[in-house]
Amino acid sequence: MFLWTVLLIVLMAAIAYWAGRARAAGLAATGGARLHSLPSYHGLFAAAGAMIGGLALAIAGALIVGAQSAFMPVAAVIGGAIGAAPLYSMSSPDFRARNSFERIVLVVLICCSAVAILTTIGIVFSVLFESVIFFRSVSPIEFLFGTHWSPTGTPPSFGLIPLLAGTLLITAIAIVVAGPLGLLSAIYMAEYATPRLRGALKPILEILAGIPTVVLGFFAALTVAPLIRGSGEAMGLSVASESALAAGLVMGMMIVPLISSLSDDIINAVPQSLRDGSYAMGATKSETIKKVVLPAALPGIVSAFMLAISRAVGETMIVVMAAGLAANLTANPLAAVTTITVQIATLLVGDQEFDSPKTLSAFALGFVLFFFTLILNYIALRIVQKYREQYD
Amino acid sequence: MTEVRNDLVAKRYAAERRFRFYGATALALTALFLAILLTDTVIKGIPAFHETSVELDVKVDPAEVDPNNPVGGNYDKMIKEAFRAEFPAVEGRTNQRALTALLSSGGADALRGMVVADPSIIGKTVTVPVLLSADADMFLKGMLTSQTVAPGTAALHIARLDGEEGFVLTGDKTGEEAEKELGLAPRDVVRFKGGALRVTGVENGYLKAVPVLATDPAVTTVGPGQWDIVSFSVPESNRRINDNQALWLDELKQEGRIENSFSWRFFEAGDSREPELAGIRGALVGSLLTVLVAIALALPLGIAAAIYLEEFAPKNKWTDVIEVNINNLAAVPSIIFGLLGLAVFLNFFGLPRSAPLVGGLVLALLVLPTIIIASRAALKAVPPSITEAALGVGASKQQAVFQHVLPLALPGIMTGTILGLARAFGETAPLLMIGMVAFIADIPSGFTSAATVLPVQVFLWSDLPELAFRSKTAAAIIVLLVVLFALNAAAIYLRKRFERRW
Repeated sequence: MFLWTVLLIVLMAAIAYWAGRARAAGLAATGGARLHSLPSYHGLFAAAGAMIGGLALAIAGALIVGAQSAFMPVAAVIGGAIGAAPLYSMSSPDFRARNSFERIVLVVLICCSAVAILTTIGIVFSVLFESVIFFRSVSPIEFLFGTHWSPTGTPPSFGLIPLLAGTLLITAIAIVVAGPLGLLSAIYMAEYATPRLRGALKPILEILAGIPTVVLGFFAALTVAPLIRGSGEAMGLSVASESALAAGLVMGMMIVPLISSLSDDIINAVPQSLRDGSYAMGATKSETIKKVVLPAALPGIVSAFMLAISRAVGETMIVVMAAGLAANLTANPLAAVTTITVQIATLLVGDQEFDSPKTLSAFALGFVLFFFTLILNYIALRIVQKYREQYD
Repeated sequence: MTEVRNDLVAKRYAAERRFRFYGATALALTALFLAILLTDTVIKGIPAFHETSVELDVKVDPAEVDPNNPVGGNYDKMIKEAFRAEFPAVEGRTNQRALTALLSSGGADALRGMVVADPSIIGKTVTVPVLLSADADMFLKGMLTSQTVAPGTAALHIARLDGEEGFVLTGDKTGEEAEKELGLAPRDVVRFKGGALRVTGVENGYLKAVPVLATDPAVTTVGPGQWDIVSFSVPESNRRINDNQALWLDELKQEGRIENSFSWRFFEAGDSREPELAGIRGALVGSLLTVLVAIALALPLGIAAAIYLEEFAPKNKWTDVIEVNINNLAAVPSIIFGLLGLAVFLNFFGLPRSAPLVGGLVLALLVLPTIIIASRAALKAVPPSITEAALGVGASKQQAVFQHVLPLALPGIMTGTILGLARAFGETAPLLMIGMVAFIADIPSGFTSAATVLPVQVFLWSDLPELAFRSKTAAAIIVLLVVLFALNAAAIYLRKRFERRW
C-alpha cells in the first residue's frame, strides 16, 4: 500500500505538471500574450500542489484509518486532485508562477534544514522522558552519587560513580595513547614530511579512521587482551581477561586519526610568516615548532583533544566487546571496569520492559552521556572561537 | 667577539633530530598497529572462506524418499549409513556416534539438492560431496592441533594384556628403554595395519598402550617402516576432535576423499547455529536494505539543508541555532541515536523491531550532519562568479543555484555522501538498540522484515564460544572491510576525476 501511495502521488504530480505546462503554453500560443513565467514553472507549480495535497491527505488518512489501509492510495489521488486543481486554475499570462513555485521550494528547503533541530529535540525528549519516569523510582541523588551499580541485583542499585570512573579510566588510557601519537604524527606530517611522503602517509590514517569500531573491538577482545594478559602474567601481575588497558589502548589507536587530522589542519593554518620570523632569529625547526607554531595552534589543539575525549566517552563497540560488565570502582588499568555505553547497550539488548527501572536506567545513562559529550563539544567550539588568533 | 659555542649548537641539532625522530616513530607505530590489525584479521579469516567435504558414494534409498515429495526424504540417514559403511571396523554406539559427528548436520543438503533436481536418481548410487562438521574442518585445516607423522624405525612387538583393555609395547628392549628405542612418548599414537594404540606411559617396567581404533589381537609384530608414530601438539582432552576421529579423517585424507573448496555457502547462506553452515547473505542483504533507506532519506534532506544554509539562509539567530545544532549532532555518540530510535520510532510510532526501515531511519539521522557539512563545503567551493554571471543574464537566485552551482558542486557532494554511506555501513551501536541484534536465519525479504546487518553479525559471532565462529567473524570482517575500502576508493576516484580548481 505504501509503495502504491508513493507511486500514485508521483503520478498525480506528473499529470499536474503536464497539464499545467500545456495550459500555460496554450495561453501563450492562443492569446499571443507574453507569459511572466516559463510554461514549465506553471507546470511545476501545479505539480507542487498535487504533491502537497496528495501527501497531506494520505498522511491524514494513515493517521485516522491506519497505514496499511487501502484508503491511502485513494487518499493520495483525491488529495492530489484537490491540491492541483486551484493552482492549475491560477494560470494566466500575468501569473507569477516562478515566484510562487520558488517560495514553495524555499519552504521545503527550510523544512529540510529544520530536521537537524528536530533530531536534537527528539534526542533530548526521548532521553528526558524516560529518565523522568526512572527518577520517579530512583532518586537523582542516589543515581548521581551512588557508588554501587547493579541494575539486576536484589535490591537493584543504580549508582553512577563506578560507571563514570570506568569510562574516565578507559578514556584516560585512550588519550594517553592517542594524544602524543596523534599530535606528533600531525607535526611530522605538517612540518617535516615532503609532499610525496605526506601523500603516502595520509592514507594510513584515513584507513585507520575508516575501520568500523566493531572490527577494532574484535581485535581488542581477541588479540590485544590476551596479549596483555599473557605479558602481564609473565611479569607476575594479575590481569583481568577484560582489562581496561586493552580497551583503552585500542580506543586510543582509534582516536589517533581524529587528533592527527584536526591538529594537522590547525598547524597548517598557522601563517608561514610566524615560522619565517622564528627561523630568521636562528631557531631550528623543532624550536620553531615548540616555541612558535604549537603555542599559536594551542586553542585548536585543545579543542581537538576535547573532541577526542568526547568521542572516547561515547564509543560503544570497543568497550562492549573488550571491557567487562563488572562495575568495579578502581583506577587499576589491569582490572576489569565497565562504562556508561556498555551498560546502555547491555540493558537495552534483549528484552525491554519499559515499566522497570532496569530498562529506564539506560535512558538516564543516555541522558548523562548526551549532556557530558554536549558540554565537551560546546567547550571545544567555544575555545576555538574565543582564543583563535586572528592573523590576517 | 663572541665565542662560538659549537657544543651548544651540536646539542640543539641533536634535539632537532630527536624531535623529528619522535614524529616519525609516532607515525610508524600507527602504521604498525594498522598492519598488525589487518594481517591478524586476514590470517584469522582466510580459512573460513574454504570449506571441507568428503566424497561419499550414497545409495539413494527408495524406502526413504517419496518421489512425489523429494524434499522430505530422510537424507541424513542415507548419508550416515554411507559414511559408516566406509569404516566397517567401527563398532559400538559411542564409536559410531563419534564417527558420524564428523559430518555436518547440513551435510545432506547437497544430496537433497541433487535428488530434488533430478528425482530419477532415486534407487541409484551417486557420488556426492558431504560437508564435514566445523570441528573436523578445523582439524583438517590444522587449527585445532598440529600433527606430525613419523615412520617407526624399529621392530614393534605388541602383546595383549590378559583381562585388561591395554597392550604392552616392546622393541628389542622393554620399559623405558623400549620407549627410547621406539621413539615414543606418552600421548603418541602408534598406527599400523590392523589398529592404532595410544601410548599411556611406563608402568611396572612395561610400556603400556590403550587402543584408539579397534585393534586386531592377531597382530603381534610389526616390522620397521610398517608403522607410524602420530603425535598431536594439543592433548586429546583439550581439543574437540578425539584421537580416533583424527585417525579416521587422516585415512580419508590419504585416500584423497577430502575436498577443500571455496565456500560459496559463506556468501549464500543466512546465519546458523552451526559454524560450518553459517553465512553472511542475510546480514549483507540487511545491510543493503538498511543503507538504502538511510541514503534515500539522508541524501535529499542533506543536500536541501546544505543548499538552504549555504545559499539562501539569512544571517540571523535562527540560522546560527541550526548551524550549531548540526555541528553538535555530528559529535553526538552514535549510541544516543539508538536511544532516539528506540524511544521515538519503536515506542512512539510503533514501527517494527529489527526492521531495516527503522535501522535506515536511525542511520539517516546519524549521517545527516556529515552529508550536510560535506555538501556545504562543496557548495562553498563553487566561486561566486558563477552565480553572479547567472544572475547577470537574468536568472533568479534559485535558477542560478539549481542550474549552475549545484551541478558544479555535485561531485563534492557525492564524495561526502559516499563517505557518509561508508560510515552508515560500518555502524553497529545504534542498531543494537533497535533490536537488529537477534538471531535471524532467514534472508530478509523486505524493509519491514526482521534483519541484521554485517557489523552486527560480526558482533554476534564474536560473542559465540565456538572456535570455528572466530574465523567466521574474521571472514565477515574481511568482507566488511573490502566493501568499505571499495566505497572509499570510489570517493577518492570521484574526487580525483571531477575535482576542479577555480
